[in-house]
Amino acid sequence: MSSKQIQRRDFLRYAGLSGAAIILGVSNSSAKAQELEVMTSLDVASTPYNFTPYIIIEDTGKITIFNSKPEIGQGTYQSITALIAEELEVSPEQYIVQQTGGESKFGPAQFSGGSFSVRSSYFDMRKAGAAAREMLITAASQQWNVPITECYAEKAQVFHKPTGKSLKYGALVETASKLEVPKNPTLKDAKDFKILGKSIKRQDVPLKVTGKAVFGIDVEVPNMVYASVERCPVFGGSLKSFDKTATLNIAGVEQVIEVERIFGVYKSTGVAVVAKNYWAALQGRKALKISWDYKGKETFSSKDYTDSLHQLAQKEGVEDANVGKFDETYQNTSQKLEAFYETPFVSHSPMEAMNCTAHWKENNTLEIWVSTQVPSDIIRDLTGRYGLKEEQITLHSQLSGGGFGRRLAIDFIIEAVNLSKSIQKPVKLIWTREDDTQFGPYRPPTFSAMKGAISEDGKLVAFQHKVISPTIMSFLDPNHDKTKLDQNMTEGISHQQYEIPNMKNTFVYSDIHVPIFWWRSVTSSTLAFSHECFIDELAHAAGKDPLEFRLAMLTKESDTKRLLLKLKEVSKWEKPLPKGKGRGIAQWEFFAGLGGHVVEVTKLSNKAVKIDKVYVVIDLGTVVNPDTVKAQMEGAVIMGITAAIKNGISFAEGKTEQSNFHDNPVLRINEVPQIEVHILAEGGKTIKGVGEPGLPPVAPALANAIFAATGIRVRKMPFDIDNLS
Amino acid sequence: MKTYTLSVNNKTIKVEAEPETPMLWVLRDYVGLKGTKFGCGMGLCGACTIHVDGQAIRSCQTPISTVKASSKIITIEGVSEGLHAAKIDHVVQKAWIEEQVPQCGYCQSGQIMSAVALLKANPNPSDEDIDTYMAGNICRCGTYERIRKAIHSAAKELKTEKGTTKRPSNTR
Ligand code: FES
Ligand code: FES
Repeated sequence: MSSKQIQRRDFLRYAGLSGAAIILGVSNSSAKAQELEVMTSLDVASTPYNFTPYIIIEDTGKITIFNSKPEIGQGTYQSITALIAEELEVSPEQYIVQQTGGESKFGPAQFSGGSFSVRSSYFDMRKAGAAAREMLITAASQQWNVPITECYAEKAQVFHKPTGKSLKYGALVETASKLEVPKNPTLKDAKDFKILGKSIKRQDVPLKVTGKAVFGIDVEVPNMVYASVERCPVFGGSLKSFDKTATLNIAGVEQVIEVERIFGVYKSTGVAVVAKNYWAALQGRKALKISWDYKGKETFSSKDYTDSLHQLAQKEGVEDANVGKFDETYQNTSQKLEAFYETPFVSHSPMEAMNCTAHWKENNTLEIWVSTQVPSDIIRDLTGRYGLKEEQITLHSQLSGGGFGRRLAIDFIIEAVNLSKSIQKPVKLIWTREDDTQFGPYRPPTFSAMKGAISEDGKLVAFQHKVISPTIMSFLDPNHDKTKLDQNMTEGISHQQYEIPNMKNTFVYSDIHVPIFWWRSVTSSTLAFSHECFIDELAHAAGKDPLEFRLAMLTKESDTKRLLLKLKEVSKWEKPLPKGKGRGIAQWEFFAGLGGHVVEVTKLSNKAVKIDKVYVVIDLGTVVNPDTVKAQMEGAVIMGITAAIKNGISFAEGKTEQSNFHDNPVLRINEVPQIEVHILAEGGKTIKGVGEPGLPPVAPALANAIFAATGIRVRKMPFDIDNLS
Repeated sequence: MKTYTLSVNNKTIKVEAEPETPMLWVLRDYVGLKGTKFGCGMGLCGACTIHVDGQAIRSCQTPISTVKASSKIITIEGVSEGLHAAKIDHVVQKAWIEEQVPQCGYCQSGQIMSAVALLKANPNPSDEDIDTYMAGNICRCGTYERIRKAIHSAAKELKTEKGTTKRPSNTR
């Protein structure tokens, strides 16, 4: 270590370290890839370090734990750092959390998406905490000159059992830093957990009830100006010319300038109004006179697009799965069923609309403050896009006022950076709610052509799910081959555990120019609707109870089977509901995990129902914070109901028809049913995700409940529960 | 531009602004109080809720020219200082922590401002009262059930607090 060059300033400044400290993390160098490594403040400073720090313990006693998974409301502030804290033996109030900013030294996986955070970190983070704990215990035993076995750690101290004497972690930093990092530290036994598996209060909550939490939109930097951008209302149109005279006459307006937004392959140039304050920018925007070239796209409408998807359904499609002999079996079975399902575009609508503060400085360095799900991607993209080196970009990743997939995109960040680059000033670009609603990207619609055949003894013997939809990849990858399958669009349809002997699932591509993107649980939120409603239709056609029909297709042990049995128990499925009520069931397994719901409704009239209660069972394998999981399930149910019964996004004359929460409504407090959450934390085959799996079964379970209560089979989202048809 | 005198969280301040500037932007960008949030700008979501003379109002729909110099404005930052009588503020915030209400937290300043105003007007709200009063505050993360619980537990706490303060203060 002594041979390392001294280049300490950068890191010390980053970590704000002044005295001695140990830093434990994972090496990213190829020789030691993914090995745990410890460094002192001097070492880290002295290497151009290629090292992912997880923990810093300073001689002052200050303990910092890094969170590389952005906090978007899902609780990573607590859950990720808890993995380390548990093994390190520090209690939640004894450490501070530091969010990482996409720097490559913090590893390539700084993102929150795919319900991936906890399950991808579960063992690595614990191992880091355990290694540090073992080193601190060893250090204490050396200082005291007693056997290691007589020492133990608790609450950021090491104790000597026989004498009861203790040393705080801070006092052990120096000795510990000279030790080798244990290669295989012993992880704690789950029965000894003090934090993991417990409903620990989240560290970010006090900030969020006092107005002190800093979101991207709250950032202020010296000499900052504000901006609002007028974009072409017709998707695919372009800017012809604009008259800024009236705008420049508005008090506070400084400049009017073109700016480009880039979302994957989708590019559009808008007109930015830059002003001393945001209100002036908004007024200036209203005064702009712009002429756009709509390029023929002004004829686009949802109605035509829907018709085109119906047409495309006649096509054969590319294969997603082909098991057994579907065509033959379907042909030769007498009881057949066909159905067509439709779903809409929907918006993410996080409460904090998109915004970004960017400062392109004279020396070609760039500083960014933003609420994002993808710090790593931002650095990767911007270095390539602007030819900058990583050291030239500083990213301050803020708390996010919701993400739901929208903040996996960086279109608004590129827009802000482009703007700052043009005006050479720090600028805060804020999208209005109207911008957020009208310019996408949206969750894509998927249409589904379903076929099923039932044998004489009431078994599902042939099944087909054909998906007709645009593809997300065609926006993200300019070289995307449209004749090939985009698995984003067939998510889960061939991976349910049902033992169906003959199944052929296919995909038909449809072109679209409106930006589409991942949305909480992506296409599982639409495909589960068609898939699980159709299973319900088949169950009724076979004269079977929908839950028993599913269980009959699950003869082997599986997580899905356990989940359904749990749902059966908690929802008291076998107990008949009073007259006028109905219940429906659905489950869904996909890349993010596995969830199942039972929804109970009351029939209000021949055409209307009220949602009474939702039972949720989520299968996790293991749980870090049950209360956070519960909160995620509550949120997922509410988001799922919103997507099922509220407007969605539609287009006319090339433009989005909705603009704000009056015509693109979300569920409000008076519309929320009772939600009962059950977590299966034992016996699962793998650790599964939390953020998304609570959503896909909501709509089908609701639609199936509506059928049970009213006899109306809903095959199109959104559906109006006050006026069913 | 005009100069306006305002009382914000018991402090008198002077602000230069265009008359139609909404209080939301006045508070956030001129006064520097960022706890009040922008959600819709149309009075539809409640993220921007503040109190003017004890009434919960949507600051995005309130031009600065309509606010009197004598009016007392309280924001989430004022609630954190406990500016309301009977320390209703802290009881509500504590209940919010106890029930772990926030997810992303962005809507919560507005939710708490509405809840405090509700409890001042109606110390013992039913579920229906809560639904009616709080229906103007959107939470996209879906924390509604916890909001309901937190309001109930704050109401309960306030009742017992009142009981305590009623005890004669000169006895030990
Ligand atoms: S921002 Fe004022 S009500 Fe939404
Ligand atoms: S907590 Fe995220 S919007 Fe309410």
